[in-house]
Amino acid sequence: MIPARILGVGLWGSGLPGFPASRAVLAGQAPWAAEDAPPPVPGLLPPAERRRLGTTVRLALATAAEAVAMAGIDPHAAHNVFATSNGDGAVVHALLEELARPAPQLSPTQFHNSVHNAAAGYWTIAIGSRAPTQCIALHDATFAAGLLAAMVELAAGAPVLFCVHDAPLPAPLAAKRRTETGFAAAFVLAPVEAEPEGGGLGRLAVRYQPVPAEAPFAALPPALRRLAEANPAAQALPLLAAIAAGRPARLALPYLDARLDLAFEPGDA
Amino acid sequence: MAAMTDPAPPELAITARGLVSALGHGLAATAAALAAGRSGLVACDFAGQRRGFIGRVEGVESHRLPARLAAFDCRNHRLAHLALDADGFAAAVGAAARRHGPGRVGVVLGTSTSGVLASEEAYRARDAASGALPDWLDFEHTHDLGALPRFVRAALGLAGPAFTVSTACASSAQAVGLGARLIAAGIVDAAVVGGADSLCGLTLAGFAALELIAAGPCRPGDAARDGLSIGEAAGFLLLERAEAAPPDAFALLGWGASSDGYHLSAPRPDGAGAAMAMRAALGAAGLAPGAIDWINLHGTGTPANDAAEDQAVFAVFADAVPASSTKAYTGHTLGAAGIVEAILATLAIEHGLVPAPLNLDQPDPGLRVPLPPSGKERPGRARPVRRVLSNSFGFGGGNCCLVLGRPGGA
Repeated sequence: MIPARILGVGLWGSGLPGFPASRAVLAGQAPWAAEDAPPPVPGLLPPAERRRLGTTVRLALATAAEAVAMAGIDPHAAHNVFATSNGDGAVVHALLEELARPAPQLSPTQFHNSVHNAAAGYWTIAIGSRAPTQCIALHDATFAAGLLAAMVELAAGAPVLFCVHDAPLPAPLAAKRRTETGFAAAFVLAPVEAEPEGGGLGRLAVRYQPVPAEAPFAALPPALRRLAEANPAAQALPLLAAIAAGRPARLALPYLDARLDLAFEPGDA
Repeated sequence: MAAMTDPAPPELAITARGLVSALGHGLAATAAALAAGRSGLVACDFAGQRRGFIGRVEGVESHRLPARLAAFDCRNHRLAHLALDADGFAAAVGAAARRHGPGRVGVVLGTSTSGVLASEEAYRARDAASGALPDWLDFEHTHDLGALPRFVRAALGLAGPAFTVSTACASSAQAVGLGARLIAAGIVDAAVVGGADSLCGLTLAGFAALELIAAGPCRPGDAARDGLSIGEAAGFLLLERAEAAPPDAFALLGWGASSDGYHLSAPRPDGAGAAMAMRAALGAAGLAPGAIDWINLHGTGTPANDAAEDQAVFAVFADAVPASSTKAYTGHTLGAAGIVEAILATLAIEHGLVPAPLNLDQPDPGLRVPLPPSGKERPGRARPVRRVLSNSFGFGGGNCCLVLGRPGGA
């Protein structure tokens, strides 16, 4: 199994406004209640840029910033792995609608915002990062694929910021690809050999197994299970729940017809 | 600053190649076009767009996927399927899957727009009253950004981990890097790496909106260059540990990546991010700059790219290594460019031939990196092509460089 230390996490979703405020809900100690508040506007970018950011990019930047702050690392030192299934659906829809007109005139800004790695790009621009940056997609296995890509990136010896984010697609695409409510999570991972004194949320190890995952979200409270089944990024919830509860966990996430096994051991254990 | 270079990255063997581009289907047709200095670019007449020139692959429209893969049918996957068929690539992967087990072969593919053309067609066929998309659009298996590796994994009967890497025009170069990481980490024993991007209205009209489409065929490095020509292509490499390789195999000697952290659709003018990726690739390969015999430039032909890239290459190599672009042969194949040019690099090594720059009437005097010797000069200035560095840079600021050669680095 590939091991890592988890130094920080970030989270934003309906009724889950950041990791500290969501800890009790994640740990099953408080009830979940739907509340679709927009994520905090990241102060990292100039105001003019900020106003133009779509939901999925805001989700990504807010959670990446939260995870990096909790980890207390220099974000420039981290390699970046972003993962999103849908990208910026509002931008893609607007471009497709224009392309269906007789003489389409695309907005150059919308075109460059349509790249799947737009959120990753805005993050590196916001903090001035020169570090390697990946952007992963794999439909309903986007979280598992992104996490595995992040774990193997640890071979470079630097911390890795892994951020997974997805927002609903607008109509008419929504009928073709169901994604309910926006969700993003971010994790700062570090190689185990670079272990600092104390600190850290725990250890994570992952293993790819070419056998199916069974009932991967069964252990979650029903409300969180519905979130995990309704947004590919929310498949981060079982891991977030284990971190929040500070309890060891063995999880199996769906990865196409296979699975990604996760083993979590809380910090200071 | 981040550690950009791995401590001891193992060299990986390239045990199979597959490629289709505007230069033709397969390696022999590609090598013949390169040797003859024959461009694949034609005047654009695609998806209602008529601006500039494009690199279009012949036979995509008439190609049929096997019935069991019919749900995946779209231009991008037909293109990918043609490349799997080319040069015995699928058969070589089948043999590797028997050696290692299908669960031990990964699929890591780059694409910038996946099968978006299917959604473009569906948006023209929306229900007038409800606005609904037609039933025939299978979004999950065509336009969805995860569709390409799922298609290739199914076509090849593999069961290992799959990934789409989508970092715009750096996508398939970064996919090569992720495939190398998976093997190094012991997750898989072999990886199908590469990518596909196909012609679509989105990129043709989008680059036109950015005023980056050249009026004629693109002219990388020319003083009068005025933009890029978009192409389509699919390419694949099979990566395995070097000990599995036959002696005549090629090798991924190293790779490196970086971010510009500057602008979503413009390169850093000083090329500092690109230079960092090149240094990382050389460091990973354990090579000095002078060990490279040819640099395949990203070389899109836009004024900004070629100027910034010249700064970057000069910062790392000064004028010691000839550099040129092959975009005027294939067009800029966007997310597929990294894998296309990695394969062109292996062809240059195999045939001892650096493709002559095309459409270069008046080399830009502001560019300092030397061009490869022309055909007339070559007899006197011949240098064997043993190792090639290939650059790919993308929107979002991603940079990725691959170093190709022979096993053992010789």
